[in-house]
Amino acid sequence: MRVKDKGLINRAVPLRFTFDGRHYEGFQGDTLASALLANDVRLVGRSFKYHRPRGILTAGSEEPNALMTITDRAEPNVRATVQELYQGLSAKSQNNWPSLARDALSVNDLMAPFLSAGFYYKTFMWPRAFWERVYEPLIRRAAGLGALDKTHNPDLYEKAYAFCDVLIIGAGPAGLMAALTAGRAGARVILADEDSLMGGRLNSETYQIGDHTGQDWAAAAVSELTAMDNVRLMPRTTVTGAYDQGTYGALERVAHHIAKPADDLPLECFWRIVAKRAILCAGSLERPIAFPMNDRPGIMTASAVRSYLNRYGVAPGKSIAIYGNNDNAHQTAHDLAAAGVKVAAVIDSRADAQVQGDFPVYTGAEVINTTGRLGLEEILVRHNGENLMVNADCLAMSGGWNPTVHLTCHMNGRPVWREGILAFVPADDAIPGLSVAGAARGIFSTRGCLQDGAKVALQVLDDLGIKARADVPEAEETPYQISPLWAVQGKGRAWLDFQNDVTVKDVKQAAAENFRSVEHMKRYTTQGMATDQGKNSNVGALAVLADVTGRAIPETGTTTFRPPFSPVSIAALGAGAQGKGFAPERFTTSHLPSIQRAAPMIEAGLWYRPSYFPMPGEQTWRESCDREVNMVRTKVGICDVSTLGKIDIQGPGAAEFLDFVYTNTFSTLKVGRVRYGLMLREDGYVMDDGTTARLGDHHYVMTTTTAAAGQVMRHLEFVHQCLKPKLNVRFISVTEQWAQFAVAGPRARDVLNALLDDPIDNDSFPFMACGQVKVAGTPGRLFRISFSGEHAYEVAVPARYGESLFRLLCAQAEAMGGGPYGMEALNVLRTEKGFVTHSEIHGRTTAFDIGAERMVSAKKDCIGKTMAARPGLIDDHREQLVGLKPAGAVKQLIAGGHLFAPGAEAVRVNSQGYVTSVGYSPTLDCYLGLGFLKNGRARHGERVKMVDHLKGVETLCEVCDPVFFDPEGGRLRG
Amino acid sequence: MRYSALRVIKEGLTGNRGWQPVWRDPEPKAEYDIIIIGGGGHGLATAYYLAKEHGVTNVAVLEKGYLGGGNVGRNTTLVRANYFLPGNSEFYSHSLKLWEGMEHDLNYNAMHSQRGLINLFHSDAQRDAFVRRGNAMINQGDDAILLDRDGVRKMVPYLDFDNTRFPIYGGLYHPRGGTARHDAVAWGYARGADQRGVDLIQQCEVTGIDIEGGVVKGVQTTRGAIRAKKVGIVVAGRSGQVAAMAGMRLPIESHVLQAFVTEGLKPCIDHVVSFGMGHFYISQSDKGGLVFGGDLDFYASYAARGNLPMVEHVMEAGMTLMPMIGKARVLRSWGGIMDMTPDGSPIIDKTDTEGLFIDCGWCYGGFKAVPASGFAFAHLMATGRPHDTAEKFRLDRFRTGVSIMDEEGTGAQHNLH
Amino acid sequence: MRITCPICGERDRREFYYQGAAVALDRPAPDAGPQAWDDYVHLRDNPAGRTCDLWFHEMGCGAWIVVERDTVTHEVYSTELAEKAAR
Repeated sequence: MRVKDKGLINRAVPLRFTFDGRHYEGFQGDTLASALLANDVRLVGRSFKYHRPRGILTAGSEEPNALMTITDRAEPNVRATVQELYQGLSAKSQNNWPSLARDALSVNDLMAPFLSAGFYYKTFMWPRAFWERVYEPLIRRAAGLGALDKTHNPDLYEKAYAFCDVLIIGAGPAGLMAALTAGRAGARVILADEDSLMGGRLNSETYQIGDHTGQDWAAAAVSELTAMDNVRLMPRTTVTGAYDQGTYGALERVAHHIAKPADDLPLECFWRIVAKRAILCAGSLERPIAFPMNDRPGIMTASAVRSYLNRYGVAPGKSIAIYGNNDNAHQTAHDLAAAGVKVAAVIDSRADAQVQGDFPVYTGAEVINTTGRLGLEEILVRHNGENLMVNADCLAMSGGWNPTVHLTCHMNGRPVWREGILAFVPADDAIPGLSVAGAARGIFSTRGCLQDGAKVALQVLDDLGIKARADVPEAEETPYQISPLWAVQGKGRAWLDFQNDVTVKDVKQAAAENFRSVEHMKRYTTQGMATDQGKNSNVGALAVLADVTGRAIPETGTTTFRPPFSPVSIAALGAGAQGKGFAPERFTTSHLPSIQRAAPMIEAGLWYRPSYFPMPGEQTWRESCDREVNMVRTKVGICDVSTLGKIDIQGPGAAEFLDFVYTNTFSTLKVGRVRYGLMLREDGYVMDDGTTARLGDHHYVMTTTTAAAGQVMRHLEFVHQCLKPKLNVRFISVTEQWAQFAVAGPRARDVLNALLDDPIDNDSFPFMACGQVKVAGTPGRLFRISFSGEHAYEVAVPARYGESLFRLLCAQAEAMGGGPYGMEALNVLRTEKGFVTHSEIHGRTTAFDIGAERMVSAKKDCIGKTMAARPGLIDDHREQLVGLKPAGAVKQLIAGGHLFAPGAEAVRVNSQGYVTSVGYSPTLDCYLGLGFLKNGRARHGERVKMVDHLKGVETLCEVCDPVFFDPEGGRLRG
Repeated sequence: MRYSALRVIKEGLTGNRGWQPVWRDPEPKAEYDIIIIGGGGHGLATAYYLAKEHGVTNVAVLEKGYLGGGNVGRNTTLVRANYFLPGNSEFYSHSLKLWEGMEHDLNYNAMHSQRGLINLFHSDAQRDAFVRRGNAMINQGDDAILLDRDGVRKMVPYLDFDNTRFPIYGGLYHPRGGTARHDAVAWGYARGADQRGVDLIQQCEVTGIDIEGGVVKGVQTTRGAIRAKKVGIVVAGRSGQVAAMAGMRLPIESHVLQAFVTEGLKPCIDHVVSFGMGHFYISQSDKGGLVFGGDLDFYASYAARGNLPMVEHVMEAGMTLMPMIGKARVLRSWGGIMDMTPDGSPIIDKTDTEGLFIDCGWCYGGFKAVPASGFAFAHLMATGRPHDTAEKFRLDRFRTGVSIMDEEGTGAQHNLH
Repeated sequence: MRITCPICGERDRREFYYQGAAVALDRPAPDAGPQAWDDYVHLRDNPAGRTCDLWFHEMGCGAWIVVERDTVTHEVYSTELAEKAAR
């Protein structure tokens, strides 16, 4: 029911919305919750377990009941208390069928005696197969709150960084006062508040500050702060987590309140705020009271009733009763009465409470039952030993206030119990650099909060070396007296955790079953594990547990609050990654010409490389691949190898350095020559391989595999800076600076000589030579190296010439019957030659395993040499690299198949090895495989059985040398 | 007290007033045959199997906090047997078999749900590696099915098959893989051990290990000295500190691993799905929350909490793989402390001190190992011989290089496994 | 988490690569024996508290840095270039 002349809503702008298909109207400035209450909608949801009818409990992000799906945004579990109303908003209740008012699963409520704490651990075990088939599907279907619509997220989300001197979290009286103090002093301030309207409780109360209402003072403070260049106001921004070295996570709800956001406006933005200092002014949250049948729609916190009245101009009932254990609750009755709303009764548990007003007052009384199926109708009050019935459709309850300590617990800080206010307050210095001010540390009066905000800000500014002064306005000092009231004895169930349906009885049962640790109780009953993470219920449940186990509250302890303070969407935390944004995309200079040739581009780490280059008439990748292999073996092929890591190494210590990182020797390499090198990790296993060219006495260029380029660069820097800092050597990655192409095949030199300014021959450029060349007038580098086993070169030019050179090379090659080749052909070519890749050097193989133990120089130390000599790494029974050829009727080999003796059963204990690489060799007209076989080098000529259970293939193979083709290497030198 | 549907109904009809304590809270005795340091999943399972399989019941489990308060209560609840290296294969296979009989054995519903695990792959090379893995699983007697892209699409149509950064080539499907209710595993073993006479002693921190002449004699605790003939250290996350009490230095570096759960949602993810291009794995709890995790924060830490870079990286992986989860909201994040070893595989072994044993180094795979680890550690402590399924989990394997089990192939850098 | 690179100043943790304990600076002699090498490559003090470890400013200047910090509180006490610490 709307109340005349109250609230900060804009009655000039009515907004239409729907809830469960029915049309309603609210105003600009309403939340969905306030608009529903204004329309006298009390039933808004169903509880999780018993499907009990539920109404709005709070007016903030801690709301456990009023969770809805915003259907026009396909967004489940939205708190109606936070969702700002916009034109055309469409909301739907959750967790009910067929309708909210008639929910079939409310039968669970009748079954409640059998669904007590932890019942599911004790049953659903028979018969055994029924868990996955029957029980679990039933439980899953009944559980859950809202539903995802299972389509890809269509909305824009963003992430951003911000930096400041002082981050102020919360813009209530303490936060505003702190921001004013810091802002006026010139500090760089960020003031973040989860609400759309800054001011905190000031907007929900009828306090006076100086000559102004609290609401007006807050508005004036916000105006002043808005005008300051050094202050950034972030409304609708929840600081969600405190992390190390002054880093805070924060979620800004950028467009949730806008009916039709502009296309480039994100729905949400996740901020990482780095603050030199922070002040937590997050206020406090009011506690419900666990009295019998306290969960009916219409029962809400007293502060929520005042919020709806004072901020939104809504009376959440026609006849409102108030029930509390502290003075603060009384303000509710005064505000309601002053607004002309009927106060049905004020019930105070304290016998000595002083309440003045024109309404019935029961002191020393308690609420022991309620009635009303889908909404509160009557309250049963026990007063002076008698029970009396109070007619009310709304009950405002206040069990006292809990400081919002959550962020101070994010680094394992434990809050401290303060008996005077019956609440936990933050431990000192729980988060380095974070101070706490105002109600968040148990100061509950407006005057106290204003003063504390200024005081803490002055301390913080002083720490930062910023001179400041405080100018604090006058405000009332409201008393806060409270006496314990946790759970009221009575017949019915009394709820603690409303959403998860945890009652006082459940906590008692948990204790009886010896789940007496607060963590055990939580996990056993699910208390505090709902979407409010116990904000409404943890302290009450703790008090019940303390009582039943005969311990004091501080001794019973607390569970830990962890980030986020309130839930954050995965889309916001993962903003930017959807689709291709997850990782950078790296393109070679030949990318465009490759695509123009219709080459399928496949991922190679972050790079894209051509799989093959299809020609007209080719139906399958195999046809293209076979042609490309033949082309390289008989004519000439061009392949972009720029993705291999290239590291430029210079300095007088370069040779000595390379001798230390490679197993073999590079100091003896002549200028103008290239050598293949093998690199180990310090634990003795192979890290990477590649060729390194010596371009000058003090100048080498190393190539790494595509996959290990980053790792090797890091490794070189480590070895230099950490182990050999005295060596005068420097490295730089030049992978992206040079485009490099393999030119491979019998006609390779012919292709090159058509482009080189100074042609080469076998004498001037023998196998493993390297040098500076001019390619079509451009300075470049030429290396005579081969990964195909053919007469081959790699030619490098500055990357800006890469695309041109690739086109020129392809054109020359095509004129000679050759052309470009892709990864598939490259893999077949290298398999035919037994060259290893990371399929073989997969991190578990040694130089010994791949038959390269002779590359480990005996004359010098190198990284990994000592550990490679461990007994287990040189054992003859280790799996060693072998070649495999089909030798029976089945001709297929499969990478990943395991090897067995021909007669052995294909089980683990008989496994003798496995296949790592397979390719169909058009050169040898059969499948070839590389693999590892126990003691394999001594078994060439033997037969083994390859088994792939997954595809059901069994192939008899001949074990052979891994070099299948041209073992003498004559073609390389031709 | 035996649990059953009938018992639940009977108690329900009588006001749930008859439930008995799940375990006792005994005072520590002066001496035990065996002391287990650590009342987490592995420690409780060890105590249970000592009593059940070996009849050793004069056993105390000493827990500095509350039972099941460590990693067993803060993981992503995955249960699987999809390892491929000898040593790991047989062990995790055994563990999965124990899982499959656990609930009836313990008379406790741990909600072990064999909903199937799909490991996605995104390149030919990854496929080959998964083929090797799948074959190793079948060689071991477990189950594995290779799915192509269409096969994956049929099972999990909500993935982004068209635009994701690393296209989905297929998946290795492990039908017997799944999840379980993590706390219930700890409680079930605790209850079973207690019923067999084991003393579960909470709030009892071990402050020293008494060793005389190379033989263990007992422990010092915050509740006094307790003598024992044998002592087992099972304290994931604190292994280094407790081992140091016996003068040992372990091949372990402690790291924080974060995990996440969203608000409850109606069923949308029916399997366990694991991304192949970066650590991201997800399932949906019976309560409806999406439970997921990723990689370590990568720096040594005992803080049991993490930082934003990995939080965001995990969410980014989720958004590129399955953007339908974007509007699910993360309700809670938490961190556990992982014993990271140089090869990513665990240690169950004797130590140089006679009578002192250690079970540690579970990296972030400890949850699914709980039954078999307890089984094997109990066997080792009771008989002095390693159990067949755990004989390669030697403490000295890094020194000798024998049977190093590096499933990731990343080498002796503790945080890379 | 923020780390101060001695060259670049205070930077976000995501610019850095973490390797492990700074024991990696003390490489034993090749003939130091299996125990010394096992200590170096595998065994760790792994303290719950103050420790020194090695970070690489990979997304920055490429410096390897010895970071003295607390593994329980994540407080960073000091940072130093590894090449200075290693000399």
